[in-house]
Amino acid sequence: MRVHLHPQRRTVEVQGRRRVGQLLTELGILPGTAMVIRGEFLLTEGEVLEDVDEVEIRAVISGGTG
Amino acid sequence: MKCTRCRAKAEVELRAHNAGFCRPCYLFYFRRQVERAIAAERMFTHDERLLVAVSGGKDSLALWDVLAECGYATTGLYLGLGIGAYSARSHEKALKFAEQRELELRVVTLEEEGPGLAIPDVAAATRRVPCSACGTMKRHFFDTAALAGGFEVLVTGHNLDDEAARLMGNVLRWQRDHLARQRPVLPATHPKFVRKVKPLYLISEYETAVYAFMRGIDYIVEECPNAVGATQLLYKDVLNRLEHASPGTKQAFVQEFFRSGQPAFAAVENEEPQVCGQCGMPAYGTLCSFCRLVRQVEARRSPPGAAAPA
Ligand code: SF4
Ligand SMILES: [Zn+2]
Ligand SMILES: [Zn+2]
Repeated sequence: MRVHLHPQRRTVEVQGRRRVGQLLTELGILPGTAMVIRGEFLLTEGEVLEDVDEVEIRAVISGGTG
Repeated sequence: MKCTRCRAKAEVELRAHNAGFCRPCYLFYFRRQVERAIAAERMFTHDERLLVAVSGGKDSLALWDVLAECGYATTGLYLGLGIGAYSARSHEKALKFAEQRELELRVVTLEEEGPGLAIPDVAAATRRVPCSACGTMKRHFFDTAALAGGFEVLVTGHNLDDEAARLMGNVLRWQRDHLARQRPVLPATHPKFVRKVKPLYLISEYETAVYAFMRGIDYIVEECPNAVGATQLLYKDVLNRLEHASPGTKQAFVQEFFRSGQPAFAAVENEEPQVCGQCGMPAYGTLCSFCRLVRQVEARRSPPGAAAPA
């Protein structure tokens, strides 16, 4: 499956079906710090992804103390 | 996973609240959380005019969206920080949001407010960390815009993660004066200050991002280039690790501080502001921190002796 990472603007290919939570762990992303988006919808951690899927992982943390 | 409210398929899971929501129920939940915070802390009423500080990011735009939906009298304020492409893009997002919803947006840009006031220039001239200079600028121009516009309240999009990270920073250095002033509602302590409120203070960054996504809000996803390496991000990361191991940690940290810790600090640190000798805004000292910063910038731009070389 194809995984687009934002705001890094990086795309990675991951082989084999797995749960969203597992994908996040493999990519070293803490759940709750990024949204996993497939098309128009968000996915919860238990959702299963297939090889044909294309998802966006969008970080939600912004920084700076202003 | 099923929606906690209606049993439909859940689109989002909130561990800290032990809940999952479908889209309509999530939007309902989010608005109710914001309204509860406004009511519980008596932040403002429907009769007051609110100035909402918007950065083009998810938090401030989500907040403005909720407030407008709930029928509050809002005007947006965008402060252009002069941080290259990032500022240009965030300005665009704020403008587009306001136009689409026919909301009034006021724009102030640092470059137009005075020579050398854009954040990168101030940081270079004063050798201060950009975020620290930026904080001073934001406070000053938010205060003066609220005063000039006759607004009763200044509303900012600080979320639970911002508050938790700030609290951690203040606690790690035991900054008693900062701890005394960190609260969700800051009453007007001076005739030239308006009330400052943070309706999202118990709502996590994840929750505001989800709300913005579900509402189709086009916000700036990129980070300000100065955020890289900012201590606040380190604190957020530490807190998110704690949160992952023990959901609800961030909320307890912040909520309990406001309930029991903050009043203790406020009781001993209640210095009254004086008036800035330069700009007339409230100040702790003879000059306000904004004017002190401007002095430093000016000193660097025309060093003493530059006009009369030896
Ligand atoms: S990251 Fe720092 S410099 Fe950038 S907008 Fe935030 S506070 Fe200002
Ligand atoms: Zn539902
Ligand atoms: Zn001043």
